Amino acid sequence: MSRSRKLFITDKLMRLLLMGAASTSVLVVCLIFLFLFKEAGPFVLNPGIGKLLDSQWIPVSFQEEHFGLGPLLSGSALVTALAMLVTVPISVLVAIYIAEIARPDEREFLKPFIEILASIPSVVLGFFGLLVVAPLIKTAFGLSTGLTALTGALLLSLMAIPTIISLSEDALVSVPYSLKNASLALGASHLQTIFLVTLPAALPGIVAAVMLGIGRVIGETMAVLMVTGNSAILTFSPLASVRTMTATIAAEMGEVPFGSVHYQALFWIGLILLVITFALNIVAQRVLKKYGMMK
Amino acid sequence: MVEQSIYPKDQKMVITTNQVNFFYGATQALFGISLLIPAKQVTALIGPSGCGKSTFLRCLNRMNDTIPHSRVEGEILINQQDIYAPGTDVVELRKKVGMVFQKSNPFPKSIFDNVAYGPRIHGEKNPRRLAEIVEQSLQQAAIWDEVKDRLQANAMGLSGGQQQRLCIARALAVGPKILLMDEPASALDPKATTRIEDLIGELRTNYTIVIVTHNMQQAARVSDYTAFFYEGNLIECDQTPKIFTNPREKQTEDYITGRFG
Repeated sequence: MSRSRKLFITDKLMRLLLMGAASTSVLVVCLIFLFLFKEAGPFVLNPGIGKLLDSQWIPVSFQEEHFGLGPLLSGSALVTALAMLVTVPISVLVAIYIAEIARPDEREFLKPFIEILASIPSVVLGFFGLLVVAPLIKTAFGLSTGLTALTGALLLSLMAIPTIISLSEDALVSVPYSLKNASLALGASHLQTIFLVTLPAALPGIVAAVMLGIGRVIGETMAVLMVTGNSAILTFSPLASVRTMTATIAAEMGEVPFGSVHYQALFWIGLILLVITFALNIVAQRVLKKYGMMK
Repeated sequence: MVEQSIYPKDQKMVITTNQVNFFYGATQALFGISLLIPAKQVTALIGPSGCGKSTFLRCLNRMNDTIPHSRVEGEILINQQDIYAPGTDVVELRKKVGMVFQKSNPFPKSIFDNVAYGPRIHGEKNPRRLAEIVEQSLQQAAIWDEVKDRLQANAMGLSGGQQQRLCIARALAVGPKILLMDEPASALDPKATTRIEDLIGELRTNYTIVIVTHNMQQAARVSDYTAFFYEGNLIECDQTPKIFTNPREKQTEDYITGRFG
């Protein structure tokens, strides 16, 4: 075999090898979907998919068992919405400060702290929630327990804030200087330029950042399991105890009989969670791509 | 070296610069620039890349303020007022001294909102008055007929030449007396360039225009006076026909005959 032929073949082989490595992620995603389907599937026939629309989640009972996902979905939605209500304004303001206003040395000082915040394990944040946030909420609102949706939301916003800050900051920084200059040259002040030109131009990126933040929050388990009180009731009160989809899986998976109806219902929760985060990610990527903000 | 003799006796001056030095950090970019800008005339600043002509232009509306560690020395008077004096209102200055940039930079908003941006930030709220200003500015910038039916369309959908005229309209909407143009046609095709040059010819009846260009033919076509910059120095300034036919300085002649630059 000639030298060039040999080179050609190694080239091809290397290409295949690398492509194989790169495709693993695609493969894993597909396998996870498949596996979830396989475990959740039988539920559709017995006891029937309609059981998931029940208004209660009582998976273990001496009378009738209920597998309604409503309370869990509402729990996740409530906690996520509250978390975003807190997170979005704070994150966007911080991003504006870091991207547009802070001096270089202030920026160098702030950014590592935000990154550290992102890397705190959620169990540790859970401790913080139990010992500090929950008692605060309990006394502030005069409740019998501090383990509420709001408590979980506050902790989750601590986790989402760093993500949303750094992605929003990227979006703000990528607004061309020429636009800011045009605004300044028309006599606009620095603040007018930020709020009337830079922020609107960065909006698609910020929206995508928020969606990725939501994805992070919805999928978060540990902290919410520890501080939201774990009662699966259908409510929209921030001060009620709730239970999210993730917390349900984490709390019940250990004790559920393998292959039982309850077991299958838990896999349905997982499937729905995966679909939600998947959809959020895809939409966020689309938005970023459409407005040319993809890195 | 403020030369009064090249201007007609009754010519009013709008801008006077006296020994202006400019520094980017430790690097000096302008060396003792003293130049007069005559009212309602077109003054072209020419010179090779990096000669300081754009830097000088950006001193005239203090756009260089945004550059960290930059510093201006000397005196720039606009209507007898030192624009670098402490307490100068930069917003007022930039309302009086409009600017058009090299690359057209419309906001990603509607055509109407682009032009109305300036008046709005300066407090104009009356919708009828805003509509008047927008129409008037677009007409002055010779783009009204092309966009009057789609004022609510996004400005990013316009062609490059249209975008640049929109930017001129946007600058005019604030009611400036002076218009600074930083190579306004350098990114445009010949036809769009001609339209911008024609527009400059029309605007000079009402505005004092200072235009930076690296295109010497353009300077010859559009300007009344031409100032030649080289390595941060003002080499000479004279009536445009004189600069291009019979310059006083050897360097100017070398540049315009294409021996360097």
